[in-house]
Amino acid sequence: MKKVKTDPKGVLTGTHYLDGDYAIAEGGLAAGCRFFGGYPITPSTETAEHFSERIPKIGGIFIQMEDELASMASLIGAVWGGQKAMTVTSGPGFSLMMENIGLACMMEIPLVVANVQRGGPSTGLPTLTGQQDMMQAKWGSHGDYEIIALCPDSPQECFDLTIDAFNLSETYRVPVFVMTDECVGHMHEKVIIPPAEEIEVVERKWYKGPVEDYLPYKNDKDGIPFMVKAGDGYRFHTTGLTHDERGYPAINAECQKVNVTHIIEKIRGNADKIIRIEENDTDDAEVVVISYGITSRVAVRAVQQAKKAGIKIGTLRLITAWPFPEKRIKHLAKKVKAFVVPEINYGQMVREVERSAGNNCKVVSVPHCGGWVHDPQDILDAIKEAVK
Amino acid sequence: MKKVEKREPKNPKEDLLRMDRIPHIWCAGCGIGTVVTSFTEAIKKNKEDLDKLTVVSGIGCTGRVAGYVKLDSFHSTHGRAIPFATGLKLANPDMKVVVFSGDGDLTGIGGNHFIHAARRNMDLLVICVNNFNYAMTGGQVAATTPLTANASTAPYGNYEYPFSLPYLAEAAGATYVARWTALHLRRVTKSIQEALSRKGFSFIEVITPCVTLYARRNRLGDGLNLLKYYYDKSEIIHGADTRTVDIDYQGKLIVGKFVEKDKPDYLTAMNRHFTNVLGDDYQLYGRINHEKD
Repeated sequence: MKKVKTDPKGVLTGTHYLDGDYAIAEGGLAAGCRFFGGYPITPSTETAEHFSERIPKIGGIFIQMEDELASMASLIGAVWGGQKAMTVTSGPGFSLMMENIGLACMMEIPLVVANVQRGGPSTGLPTLTGQQDMMQAKWGSHGDYEIIALCPDSPQECFDLTIDAFNLSETYRVPVFVMTDECVGHMHEKVIIPPAEEIEVVERKWYKGPVEDYLPYKNDKDGIPFMVKAGDGYRFHTTGLTHDERGYPAINAECQKVNVTHIIEKIRGNADKIIRIEENDTDDAEVVVISYGITSRVAVRAVQQAKKAGIKIGTLRLITAWPFPEKRIKHLAKKVKAFVVPEINYGQMVREVERSAGNNCKVVSVPHCGGWVHDPQDILDAIKEAVK
Repeated sequence: MKKVEKREPKNPKEDLLRMDRIPHIWCAGCGIGTVVTSFTEAIKKNKEDLDKLTVVSGIGCTGRVAGYVKLDSFHSTHGRAIPFATGLKLANPDMKVVVFSGDGDLTGIGGNHFIHAARRNMDLLVICVNNFNYAMTGGQVAATTPLTANASTAPYGNYEYPFSLPYLAEAAGATYVARWTALHLRRVTKSIQEALSRKGFSFIEVITPCVTLYARRNRLGDGLNLLKYYYDKSEIIHGADTRTVDIDYQGKLIVGKFVEKDKPDYLTAMNRHFTNVLGDDYQLYGRINHEKD
């Protein structure tokens, strides 16, 4: 992994008052993204709008594709063309992107997709919030694969985590999702964009060796293959089919085992390096509230009230939802009475908490069908119930 | 006695093919290989820079072309070769990008992408091998299957009106449109040469026998017969009105170069527009477009 200073042209250094959607666009530009293949969808469109306004003066491409199938495909093409690429969407568009997200996993393509989640299923609640695509982010395309998903809880984090998303995608050659939601996407807050020289970006893992020795899918020492781009003279082949080190189709169980194991283990095997969580007061807590995105901010009030009521309470915020911090949850499960898991869905990440906790402690789901955030009282009630 | 060295027979296009992947998967009598031959011939005649030429395919029999040409080559998802190619072209404008795929891939599942790339006059050459059915999956009815022809999912004959691909391409905005049969080898080659030498959305349809499925199910004889049949049934009308080039089942085939017009391609139009509107604030994009403008 080679870190370099980012291209200053895309960095809007200063203190701004931005919403999360704009901050995602600024994060992408600051990370060196110069290709955006978009398709409008509420509540994410502002990211595409902002990128389309900024990019002509920076040098790069914004193209509004004909649908999300196309925008995702265009990203993969753009990465093979040598660019850093991103798009933004919400639930229905995320569904359409799943086809080529699978291709990106198979071809091992670094790219970033932000999902400003809204209530679903189907058209659901276009303008109202949700956190209902968390499992889709993990399992949405067919077949076995691993991705990385980050969950910003503020416009500042939308900016910061979009840069991190690019860096993770380049490090592991994997699609990375910025899983935010309508509330964070449309929330205006202070966003500090540092000077360009303070922003480090991971350079693509370019192959520089002789043409005849290049094998597109031969793993390097760190388990990640080198990349080249079209036009560099390597005249390579790549496919969505199960393939060998040459990138040639190899339709057999042996090769499938190598392929699938690789794209999964390069993430699972590095999970400890990838996972980020934020913990408060978990050391002697009886109850730990596990949340992410906007819900972690709503939970703050319930946690304060629980403290006032004398409950020993801690919080754990998922900054990475995927890979899931199962080791840490398992460890905590042996110390606490219960986990309380509020999320704006019918209970998705809570399944991972249950799986990680095993029978070591109680796990209380606080579901919400979407359209608005939790009433903190509902979370407080769950905490009080859990501590009994 | 002088010893005569026996020479191994060599494919004259070896340097353009991935010989380590030969034999290919196409059936004996299939026309896809002849279109690939025309393509490689055109590359040679044009003296194309092989490092700057790329092939993107979708899924299906013709979708396998990307796997056999020794260029930067991409085997993408079903129907998505065109948007994949669009991203690649825009990210790396000094590449010449060729989309090589079948009728089902390009105009069935990928129909939306096809018309939008044509509308944008995206600088792509799209070569469509039209064999009138979904061959890879076993000969199902396609958006191009002529009326009354049999297919595995139209066992009593097709009753859906098919697309006329040149008409579709022109109506959507393609600036170069040609149609040939797979036996018009030299003409296919020439069309590919012309298309590779221009900027904008070029579309070449090549009518090709699918011997194993379409021909057998419709009792049209073997591949060679059908190749010859299509050729004999064709009439060359350059500049033909694309509204008049519909294909009837086993009827006359109008072929030729139907459309060739000048119109700025996507990147040229983008650079012009932004330069006009934003002046010095605009960061001109792409070396080749810059030079040509």
